[in-house]
Amino acid sequence: MSHNTLLVFEVTILVLAIFLGIEVISKVPTLLHTPLMSGTNAIHGVVIVGAMIVLGQPDKSAFTWIVGFAAVVLASANVVGGFVVTDRMLEMFKSRERPKKPDET
Amino acid sequence: MSYNLSNLLYLITIVTFVLALRYLSNPAHARRGNQIGAAGMVLAIVVTWVKVGSTSWWAIAIAMLVGGGFGAVAARRVRMTAMPQMVALFNGVGGGAAALIALAELHRVLPPPGAPKADITIGIVLSALIGSISFSGSMVAFAKLQELIGGRPITYVGQQFVNGALFIGALGCAISLVAGVQVEWLLWVTIVASLAFGVLFVLPIGGADMPVVISLLNAFTGLAVALGGFELQNNVLIVAGMLVGASGTLLTLMMARAMNRSVANVLFGAFGQVSEAAAAVAAGDGGTVRSATAEDVAVMLAYAHKVVFVPGYGLAVAQAQHDVRQLADLLESKGVEVSYAIHPVAGRMPGHMNVLLAEANVPYPQLKEMDEANPEFSRTDVAVVVGANDVVNPDARNNQGSPIYGMPILNVDDAQTVVVLKRSMNPGFAGIENPLFYNPKTVMLFGDAKESITKLVADVKTV
Repeated sequence: MSHNTLLVFEVTILVLAIFLGIEVISKVPTLLHTPLMSGTNAIHGVVIVGAMIVLGQPDKSAFTWIVGFAAVVLASANVVGGFVVTDRMLEMFKSRERPKKPDET
Repeated sequence: MSYNLSNLLYLITIVTFVLALRYLSNPAHARRGNQIGAAGMVLAIVVTWVKVGSTSWWAIAIAMLVGGGFGAVAARRVRMTAMPQMVALFNGVGGGAAALIALAELHRVLPPPGAPKADITIGIVLSALIGSISFSGSMVAFAKLQELIGGRPITYVGQQFVNGALFIGALGCAISLVAGVQVEWLLWVTIVASLAFGVLFVLPIGGADMPVVISLLNAFTGLAVALGGFELQNNVLIVAGMLVGASGTLLTLMMARAMNRSVANVLFGAFGQVSEAAAAVAAGDGGTVRSATAEDVAVMLAYAHKVVFVPGYGLAVAQAQHDVRQLADLLESKGVEVSYAIHPVAGRMPGHMNVLLAEANVPYPQLKEMDEANPEFSRTDVAVVVGANDVVNPDARNNQGSPIYGMPILNVDDAQTVVVLKRSMNPGFAGIENPLFYNPKTVMLFGDAKESITKLVADVKTV
């Protein structure tokens, strides 16, 4: 595939992703806006893929080595922190919990 | 691993991310969605690991342990009330990673003969620019929320000019790189200028405008990651980054709309600077303030049919959410109908109050959005305002001179009685007078919100 064709594909995907994003996110109730922020935060942690590619390059200079290492550290903090925080938040949302009436039949 | 196979597996990751967002439409299975997203992320990491398969695998492993360890500990240890700053922090590091990747990529493709194609350099420079703004901006937001620096707007003469100059400088360097001036230091200048811009651009924004800023920075990081996908020609970065970009943008617009202000006004208005004329108008008709004791309020609450709690950032500061829940339970056991009215911009991030009350195990069907809550106030006996101020300020409806005129508010003054829990008569963050306090229907219960609610609980028990 020529370089330009690839670029056109990428732009196509980008534009479709915008519409998909708007479509999916407009269905999220305001109740869950904080977990939405936190969840999307975790999702952009996918930047770790890019960071790993940089640090994994063969024959890299010391500069790339240091920058790549820092990028992987930051991105992993983003991934793990993002998903854990979101999980903790969502765990708390309960529709009703009535432990006071255990004898309900 | 072949290019096609890895891309197919990345596609699975993309699908899990979309599902994760899709599941967020209902609180009942939102958590499962997040777990599906996490599984997709693990898949993407494994695929990349195998694909890269280089001699530096140990370096990658160490870096992941360091970063992941920090993330896990920080996310586990943090108190739920400190969530906004955690969200800001993790947002910032993502932006920082995107900027670093751009730096490394430019270093790889420069100098000639590896003269890069313009589309790659566009991805690199924009990712560096936006990622850096997001990083430093989020760090300032973090510092503000963590109260390492003051939450009030910080302004100085020529602020807009300095910000504008920095941004244009960063953009100028970025454009010359794309145009073919292949000097690496141009990107360094871009990054340094963007970092400075990020700091200066968030500093003047007041605490109550944080929901808009945090959403916007979230969108920035998403965009930086998507652009990183262009420089590395990687679909999963493009799609995931853009999903986040769309989400952040949508939230930013929603928050700004909830304040009836344009995004530009929030970002560049330095809202703390209230015009003196408006303040004079508000102060002019100051009536008397009625203050009540906890016993009085307890009697009112105990004999009410319907009580609505209106939480604001003060609830988070006082960490009184558990006590409020206790009071609500007590009232319910006495047959009082209890609900919570949540303003979209109450707190420091979108939906902040919902998480706070969820932490105190408040069942989410009791949390009412503004549109749902407002018609209810006319048949409410007592509206209890806990640490909220501007979102219940009737000046937003009536006083054209008020800086918040036009902002949709919770019409608590439709209720029979309004109880305002407040530390003192000091006006809120923006120094805006609130005529609600002088309304004959209103009684003030002065003191720390947590202590006041604890007293109320004790007194309601004895009624």
